[in-house]
Amino acid sequence: MNVVVLNEVRKGFYLDSVALMRLSREVAGAPGVIEAALMMGTPSNAAIMRNAGLLEEGTAVKGNDLVIAVKAESETAAREALDNAIKSLDKPKSQGEAQSAWRPHSIAAAVKNRPEINLALISVPGEFAAAEARKALNRGLHVLMFSDNVSLEDELSLKQQARAAGLLMMGPDCGTAVLGGAPLAFANKLTRGRIGIVGASGTGTQEVSCLISEAGAGISHAIGVGGRDLKKDIGGITTLMAIDAFDSDPETDHVVLISKPPHPDVAKSVLQRIGKSKKFFTVCFIGASEVELPPNARFSPTLKGAAELALGHQKIGADFDTNAVASRIPRNGRGGIEGLFAGGTLCAEAQVILAAAGRKVASNAAIPGVLKLGVEPNDGRDRLIDLGDDEYTRGRPHPMIDPSVRDEALRAALRNGDLSVILLDLVLGYGAHADPAEHLTRIVADRGRDAPVLIASVVGTEQDPQGRSAQVRKLEQAGILVAPSNAQACELAVAIVQNAGR
Amino acid sequence: MTDQDGPQYQQLLARKVEVVNVGLEGFVKDLRDCGIDVVHVDWKPSAGGDPQMAALLAKLGV
Repeated sequence: MNVVVLNEVRKGFYLDSVALMRLSREVAGAPGVIEAALMMGTPSNAAIMRNAGLLEEGTAVKGNDLVIAVKAESETAAREALDNAIKSLDKPKSQGEAQSAWRPHSIAAAVKNRPEINLALISVPGEFAAAEARKALNRGLHVLMFSDNVSLEDELSLKQQARAAGLLMMGPDCGTAVLGGAPLAFANKLTRGRIGIVGASGTGTQEVSCLISEAGAGISHAIGVGGRDLKKDIGGITTLMAIDAFDSDPETDHVVLISKPPHPDVAKSVLQRIGKSKKFFTVCFIGASEVELPPNARFSPTLKGAAELALGHQKIGADFDTNAVASRIPRNGRGGIEGLFAGGTLCAEAQVILAAAGRKVASNAAIPGVLKLGVEPNDGRDRLIDLGDDEYTRGRPHPMIDPSVRDEALRAALRNGDLSVILLDLVLGYGAHADPAEHLTRIVADRGRDAPVLIASVVGTEQDPQGRSAQVRKLEQAGILVAPSNAQACELAVAIVQNAGR
Repeated sequence: MTDQDGPQYQQLLARKVEVVNVGLEGFVKDLRDCGIDVVHVDWKPSAGGDPQMAALLAKLGV
């Protein structure tokens, strides 16, 4: 086949990554196109395009260039796709609210005109994110940095600057925060209440906050700290400040702390700080064994358990009887479980539950004690995949935004004769895909009669734009079993494979 | 930087959040739908798209 690559470089033209990914998909779907990408020409994006053979030899790009790259089966197809992409870019922008409102060119101009602004939400490409965060901190703003790909050195220096100025630096790679009912980045519409969350994990915070909200209680605030805050290099700077903030917040009685297992020194200082607090705490270090806690704190190894402790031991999904549901599933004599997760912490929670049930597990995002996929042969093990991990999302949207990231792995799992169960998660809320259940049911619609059992959990609330019950209904109508929480989906998977006789 | 009510980060939870959004435009609509005031910055990579120069300029307060 004669493969043709064509590029167009627009100097000084910027579009955000979600808009570009939407356009990329449109162009890639055109007749005769093998692959297409519309990306800002940052060094990391240029490397992705070069590795994919999408950049013509000698094409030089800069971070403020928009690159359109098309790989097609013929010159005509490539030219036509490129022309259509250019036409889409040149189309007058939609009349969204953001378009009609005042749009300053910098944080400085925004703050000068609107001195009431107190927080910067930063989601520019990682290479430029630290510079924007520094500008925000210099102007006395708290920062929520959604961007990832920020160096540890930059993270430390930004958090030190923020602490010295009495400002909160949430992130980098902070996917979720809810401040005074305001959902920031990927967050859900929650009932207000008296439980606070400090989360080093976006989807962990979403699962716990939604389970609490759907159980009839509520969330005061959820402060995201970024996935690396509890590493030794950062020392828990933002976590400690968030605990301070909750300590003096009259609207919060109980705080849930969610993180991967911290560095022991950091865990010690965080737990010491908790011990001095007047509030009650639930500590959920996913993948850690029980830790020594001060008297005002309790430990939970799972997100569901953390939500239940915060709710005062109220059981979540008490009517859901995993054994009864499992007993209705016909035996298929196989026994394998594959989990395909959009939420990284949901994948970690699944590892905790399957390992505790005696299953042999492997994962690309392995928690302590679980085999890392690709390191050793993993024959006969359950595979739990975090599809939001870098290897799946480099140059692509996160599966919470674009559920098609899961399609290929899901189709392969549906054909896998060793599997009894496929575990899935759907994450709803602001920022997430408008209808992930519709997408999922389309992909699994033509599965064979002997395909593995599909079990899903839906992270979300009834007030979310997608509406939790409407999403659950679509899944159930497509023959997918839906559990009230990710933990119960995992317990059901274990019950089914135990029934399968392996 | 503290005042008589304590450091700013402790006051953040008691105050209304007003946001400047720099990056993904989709966040603007979500925030407005929740009644949050937000200004969207018409952002472009600074320093001619050179990340190192942009970082240096930010450190210098430019």
